[in-house]
Amino acid sequence: MEIPFTSKPRPDTGIYNSKVGIWLFLASEVMLFGALFSAYILLRVGAPEGTWVHGLLNIPIGTFNTAVLITSSVTVVLGWASLQVGNFGRYKFYQAITILCALAFLGIKSYEYREKFLHHEVWLNHKIKVKHGHQEVETDRIIGHLEYEGHHQYFWNTKRLKGTPEEKDKDGKVIKAAVPPVESFKMIPDAFHYTMTPKELAHARKESAGVAHEEIEIKASDVKRLSAFVPSHSTYFAIYFTLTGLHGLHVLGGAIVIFYIWGPGAKMWKTDPQRYMNRVEVSGLFWHFVDLVWIFLFPVIYLL
Amino acid sequence: MSDHSHSTEAHKHSPQEVSKHVKIYIGVFLALLVGTVVTVGLNAVHFDSIKLTVAIALFVAVIKASLVACYFMHLISEKKMIYVILGFTAFFFVGLMFITLSAYADLPANTVTH
Repeated sequence: MEIPFTSKPRPDTGIYNSKVGIWLFLASEVMLFGALFSAYILLRVGAPEGTWVHGLLNIPIGTFNTAVLITSSVTVVLGWASLQVGNFGRYKFYQAITILCALAFLGIKSYEYREKFLHHEVWLNHKIKVKHGHQEVETDRIIGHLEYEGHHQYFWNTKRLKGTPEEKDKDGKVIKAAVPPVESFKMIPDAFHYTMTPKELAHARKESAGVAHEEIEIKASDVKRLSAFVPSHSTYFAIYFTLTGLHGLHVLGGAIVIFYIWGPGAKMWKTDPQRYMNRVEVSGLFWHFVDLVWIFLFPVIYLL
Repeated sequence: MSDHSHSTEAHKHSPQEVSKHVKIYIGVFLALLVGTVVTVGLNAVHFDSIKLTVAIALFVAVIKASLVACYFMHLISEKKMIYVILGFTAFFFVGLMFITLSAYADLPANTVTH
């Protein structure tokens, strides 16, 4: 059975059906992201003073990624315009850039995620002196990289310090070796802390440029809580990973569809060019929406 | 180029019209890049008022989003049906935000908010 009006517009609406379909889908997407944005606002406004994480994301990288996504948006529309004048070669060129931009965006985002998983915050039972740039500050909260047995560690938490006993199956065979408890580890602190005001934070960053990091030995018995920058660290990281993760999935989904139309699906250009152009337009509309969501996500998550 | 003969029957816009559109797309692209630089730049200024910082950042974001929606998504010249769908979306979106934020309309007297 053939789906009606995928090439020609439907006489009563004046548009082809797939376009109505994608706009209805985008309408539901607006509500999905809208719900998450409103969750963000409530969490942000309701956060007790000094607990909202800010200044921990890499703004230059985020800005670059924004430019990458904007570039991919313009190449989508330029590709579509090329098809409008029958220039298939130029369309292939522009959409290739779009796909590369999508991969670049996801690659950069993955790098950012990795950096977060490497970063830790430790809450201590008492205050100690920490060097932030040239300034010495007394604090019971340190953020930075965690080093244990000469390696930077990922995903550490309070539980990890206590270690885990070995696990055996019914026959007494060891299925998971014991992890010994940690006596002490090293923290390589960042030059700033998110509890500072944005002004203090910028100042501390500037002051610490080029200053060597000083490692601090932390005893496990002094640790009240330890967490990597993962969703369970704070409501900020919970909503950060939810929003950017969902957005990343959209980028991945959009890129797969655009790649299919660009590659294996391009045969349709010879058999039904109008329908092919419509496919390009509809996938493009989705792509622009993904760009549009990022336009709001970037300032909200990275800057405010 | 056999591709050309296939596509001619499917043309929706004349080449002149398309080249005019391409100019607009490039203009919007540059405006979006400038908007991004402005957002990041203003953030480095560190206004004392948090409300002002949020308002400026969202204002620039709304302008950028409108450019994408109007020109890249062609909403500036769409059919009525699409506007009807988006009208409903806008209504429910605003409703969603409004209802969520109404949680702050009647707080107990000693609640601290920022």
